[in-house]
Amino acid sequence: MEITVSHYAVLASVLFVAGAYGVLTRKNILVVLMCLELMLNSCNLLFVAFSRLHEGAAGHVFVLMAITVAAAEVAVGLAFVVSIYRQRRSLDVDLLKILRG
Amino acid sequence: MARYEIQFVRKPLFGKAALSETAVFYIFSTLAVFGAAMVVCHRNPVTSAVSLVLTLFSTAALFVLLRAHFVAAVQVLVYAGAIMVLFLFTVMFLNIRKSELRFDGANPLARAGLLFVLMAATGFFASRIFSAYAQAPPKLADPENFGGAAGTGRALFGDYLLAFELTSVLVVTAMVGVLVIAGSRRA
Repeated sequence: MEITVSHYAVLASVLFVAGAYGVLTRKNILVVLMCLELMLNSCNLLFVAFSRLHEGAAGHVFVLMAITVAAAEVAVGLAFVVSIYRQRRSLDVDLLKILRG
Repeated sequence: MARYEIQFVRKPLFGKAALSETAVFYIFSTLAVFGAAMVVCHRNPVTSAVSLVLTLFSTAALFVLLRAHFVAAVQVLVYAGAIMVLFLFTVMFLNIRKSELRFDGANPLARAGLLFVLMAATGFFASRIFSAYAQAPPKLADPENFGGAAGTGRALFGDYLLAFELTSVLVVTAMVGVLVIAGSRRA
C-alpha cells in the first residue's frame, strides 16, 4: 500500500487533537506550552505534505516561519512561567484567575 | 551539483530486507503518536519534554520522507534542539519539587484512555474528510531543486524576502520582551 497525502493529513489531525486535548485538560503550565508545540508541529507536517503534493517551496517557507514564531513564543511563554513561579510558587494554571500582578 | 539523498527504497537498511517508504512512515508515525500521548498524559514535565523530542524527531523523519530535507534539518536543530533545551532549562531553573506537581495528573491512565478514544475518533473522521487526497504525491518534476537548502533558500530570499526580514523584527521583539518579563529583579 502506498503512502498518500491523506495519510499525512490524518496523522497531523491526530497529533493536533492530542495537543488540543492536552492544552484544554492539563493544569501544569509547562505541559500546556509543550502541548501547544505539539499543535504547531502537526500544522507544520500538513504544510510539508501539501507542499510535496503541489511541488512548491511555499509550504517549506511557511514551516520555517512557523518554527521561528514557535521559538519566539516558547521564549516569551517560559519567561512568563518563570515570572509566575516567582510570585505564586506554583505552576497551576487554575491559580491564574486575576490579571493584576 | 552533488546531492545527498537518503534512499529508503533502493538501498537495504536491515540486511537483505529493504525498508520501504510505507514501513518508514508507519514506524515514525507510531513513534510520533506515542510521543504525543506521553506528552499529554505523563505527570512529570521532564518526561513530557523528552517525549516531545521523540515526536518532533519523528516528524523530522517524515519531513525527509516528503523530500523536505532542509526543513527536516531545521526541525531537528531548532525544535528538537534549541526549544527543548529551553524547556528543560526552565524546569531545572525553577527547581520544582515533586510534591509541588500534585495538582496535576490526578489519574494519568484515565486521561490516556480518553485520549486514545479521542485520537481514534479523530483518525476515523479525518480519514473520511481527507479521502479526496488519497493520492500518492506525484513524481517530482525537478527533484534537484525541491526541498534542499538551495531550493528553499531561493524561495526564502526571493518571493518571501519581506516576510523573512520581518521575522527578525519579531525575534528582536520577543527577546526584549523576555528580558523585560523575566529579567526584572523586583518580582
